[in-house]
Amino acid sequence: MAESQAPTAAAGKAEPNHAVRIASIWLVLAIVADLLIYFVWQPHLPPGRMSDNARGQQFDITVMAVLCAPVLLGVWTYFGYALVNWRRRAGDTEDGPPIEGNGKVQAAWITVTSLIVLSLAAFGTYELIVPAGAGGGEGPVPIWKPSGVVTTAAWTPGSTHTLVVQAIGQQWNWTYRFPQFGGMETTGLELPINTPVEFHVTSLDVIHSFWAYQLGVKADANPGVDNVAFVKPLQLGQFVVRCNELCGIWHGAMFDYGNVVTASQFQSWATSIQTKERANGTLAALPPYATTYDPTEISQLGQAWAKLGIVGAGGYYYPGPQTGTPGDPVSP
Amino acid sequence: MAIEIEPEKAQGPSGPVHAAPGNSKPWWARPAVHTGLIGAVIGYIIGHWLGNLISPATAGVSSFSTGLSDVRNWPLVLGYVFGTIGWLAGLGVFNDLGRLMLGKPLPDAEHAPAGGVAKYFRYTLDHKVVGIQYLFGMTTYFLTGGLFAMAIRTELLSPTYHVLNASQYLMVVGEHSTMMMMMMSSVVLGPFGQFFAPLMIGSKRMAFPRIEALAFWLTPAAYVILLSGILLGGFPTGWTGYEPLATQAGPGMDTYALAFGLMGISLILAGFNLIVTYINYRAPGMRWSRLPMFVWSMFTVSFLQVLSVPVLVAGLYMMLMDRTAQTAFFTNQLGGSSYLWEDVFWFFGHPEVYILALPGFGVVSEIIPVFTRKPLFGYRVAAAGMIGVSLLSFFVWQHHLFDSGINPDMRPLFMLTTELISIPTGFIYLVAAGTFWKAKITFSVPMLFAIAMYFNFLIGGVSGVFLSDVPADVTEHGSFFVMAHFHYTIMGGLIFAFMAGIYYWLPKMLGVKMNEKLGKWHFWTMFITFNSTFLPLFALGMMGMPRRVFEYQRNLQTLNDWVSISSYLLGVSLLIFLINLIMSTLVWRVKESGNPWRSRGLEWQVSSPPPPENFERVPVVLSHPYLYGVKDAPPVADLNPPVGVVASAYASAGLEA
Repeated sequence: MAESQAPTAAAGKAEPNHAVRIASIWLVLAIVADLLIYFVWQPHLPPGRMSDNARGQQFDITVMAVLCAPVLLGVWTYFGYALVNWRRRAGDTEDGPPIEGNGKVQAAWITVTSLIVLSLAAFGTYELIVPAGAGGGEGPVPIWKPSGVVTTAAWTPGSTHTLVVQAIGQQWNWTYRFPQFGGMETTGLELPINTPVEFHVTSLDVIHSFWAYQLGVKADANPGVDNVAFVKPLQLGQFVVRCNELCGIWHGAMFDYGNVVTASQFQSWATSIQTKERANGTLAALPPYATTYDPTEISQLGQAWAKLGIVGAGGYYYPGPQTGTPGDPVSP
Repeated sequence: MAIEIEPEKAQGPSGPVHAAPGNSKPWWARPAVHTGLIGAVIGYIIGHWLGNLISPATAGVSSFSTGLSDVRNWPLVLGYVFGTIGWLAGLGVFNDLGRLMLGKPLPDAEHAPAGGVAKYFRYTLDHKVVGIQYLFGMTTYFLTGGLFAMAIRTELLSPTYHVLNASQYLMVVGEHSTMMMMMMSSVVLGPFGQFFAPLMIGSKRMAFPRIEALAFWLTPAAYVILLSGILLGGFPTGWTGYEPLATQAGPGMDTYALAFGLMGISLILAGFNLIVTYINYRAPGMRWSRLPMFVWSMFTVSFLQVLSVPVLVAGLYMMLMDRTAQTAFFTNQLGGSSYLWEDVFWFFGHPEVYILALPGFGVVSEIIPVFTRKPLFGYRVAAAGMIGVSLLSFFVWQHHLFDSGINPDMRPLFMLTTELISIPTGFIYLVAAGTFWKAKITFSVPMLFAIAMYFNFLIGGVSGVFLSDVPADVTEHGSFFVMAHFHYTIMGGLIFAFMAGIYYWLPKMLGVKMNEKLGKWHFWTMFITFNSTFLPLFALGMMGMPRRVFEYQRNLQTLNDWVSISSYLLGVSLLIFLINLIMSTLVWRVKESGNPWRSRGLEWQVSSPPPPENFERVPVVLSHPYLYGVKDAPPVADLNPPVGVVASAYASAGLEA
């Protein structure tokens, strides 16, 4: 390849130093953009600051933005400058300067992009491992766990013990089981503040994905698979739970709201439901708490629920043999 | 090396044409689209009957997904399979095969003598005819998919459902996404790849003209089968076809598997044909270091297709078996795995998105040297970038599964490979930046589209960096952010490059110019409305709106309405394009026979449209196609080498001519 002289050196004597001009414009824009992103935009960036994961993700998104803004601005500045300054004048049929390559520029480009990319990968790995999976699903046997937390058979407020919550996806809603409260099952989700929570996400039918947006938790719910994710809520308030994996016709309507409450509020909420479910026989009818469930057995449970007047989507906890046209909600 | 170097020997599709046996028949008795349709109907009836015959045997088998759809699947699936075979048979795809088996002589010409318009509706073996067929086919498929997109946006005008019900909405989402992802894989590779593969390497023909034509004629079958899903209630899975939802779904799901499978076979055949053509049919002097960038992109994409698409076809076959023969590849309770589909699908699916991206790089790299009047900067870097992207694209697929719980300890590795792929992708920008340096830029319509492609793809690429970071991906995964990201790379990249290609190459393909004024209107409206449609989607995704939902938070309505209205305007812009394309090619027909862009490309050295054999004699390539402004640069090729000069050169080097 014909290596011509460096573009900057190729500039004629009357011509301004394009490289310096472009670099100066870029530097000013990049510094302003990065300062704005870091100090002005960061507190408003999603997913907010409700949990340790959310804060970690917000920081990651900020770092990405701080790194990417100069790249975007660099390309835009360069091409904008080129399009304004290096257009063909009317009547000019000459060709441009025959620059077929430039070893220094190419080497510099490759070095800089490689450095950015490798540092991003190192940063991302650190941000994934240290916060114990950063809220993403880690499979049945998580290898990155929060340090220093203890899981006990019962959970009491005031302790730093982990609260275990199982999120069960089914067409088309979420239910939650609490093994530390007798395996009781609820349709709503409340979480105590400042408490490490261990989500076990599974599904009874197709693939769903448990996405607690403000908590920064996202874990796919696969049938027959236990998918673990960790979070520690740090602010009181409401959060949205959405299904994030296309799971059939009512996927769009598969969302509800959860609340982060104080530890004592949570304790009274959980024990009251546990008491109620014990009294009306729900706890006895539920299958024993397990990390996964076989839906072919749960159709028996569905009958028990229906007998109790507690029904899920379309009338059954889990649809039996379908009778309607495919895709219709099954009616009892 | 099997390089055809004898100029005297007729090897082109329209060599010495002898009266083919069928040519004396009237037009309606010769195989064409109408006989294909008759064959399809007959085939469907046979397949349907056969399916009914065997389905009672499995109707009683109960599985996790037992439902009424199971007993209806055999007749439907076999009907479509036999219908497709009937369609191809009716088109005459198997005629030459039959002649060979019966020991009869083949018609000498590889296609019927160049007729008028009729040749575009037949199984024609001329790569130039196939290219035009692809051009109009792909435009139709693209605009159909676009109509579905506008239906999606209509539903999303309101945060609750108001126009389409939940099941219709998913049907429209599935049709739009599958139409775009599977058909648009050939949007550049079909029209321009097939038309220009021989022209750019100085060959008179493709390696396998029959396979090439077959690859095209599978696409209308895939298109019709996919659309027929509407009559069957659609399919609820989107283009990703996730299991076990796909096993649970109604008969519309079969149309997804069959249509995608047929299109997959088409891609494998087309890619295979291009690889063989590029390796074996380059003209003398067309070294690898002189290959046009567009050929490099087609070459690398072809490898991606040949290596990755079979994985998809195998997966779809397993899906169909699960749905008909009651196997359980993807049913967890019966020993299968829902992860298996995710793995198989994305092992194809990620190379697939580069199948969609690389042709765009090729087109714009071909166009910018012409309109900057400068050599392509860093030719080797550009080629290395394409090879690097295609290699790495096989090592990143699990970034689609970061939150799925599969191989969680591998996430740092896939994060690294995903981020690494931005290095070779960045080469494309280095090449463009170097080429624009002190250039003499002409803002023609193709150049405008090429510049817009660089603009859009940059946003798509940078948003991909956000997605590659696992912690950030926990928020962005599966949201509208991802949607915006890949629309910026595919629509903003590939489709803008496709438009650049049409405005650039249509004078070459058809000998007529596109109207420039309408072209500029088309460009500016499309560029503005495209960005106005897709830029807000990044924000929507970040604010927590998942993909493929018909309900969303009320506070997101303003942005969604803005996007919907922009999408209608984008539709208007594409209407301008359609009017321009139809009027320019069919009505106005402003002739353009020379080299309007003063391009050095080998394809521009012959007349427009190219003569039937492309080159009178196999040219001898003398130099690089991008030597703009180089003093005393030799012409790109000697189109009329003295008879025997090549053969004697080979002989003196001790090679067999």
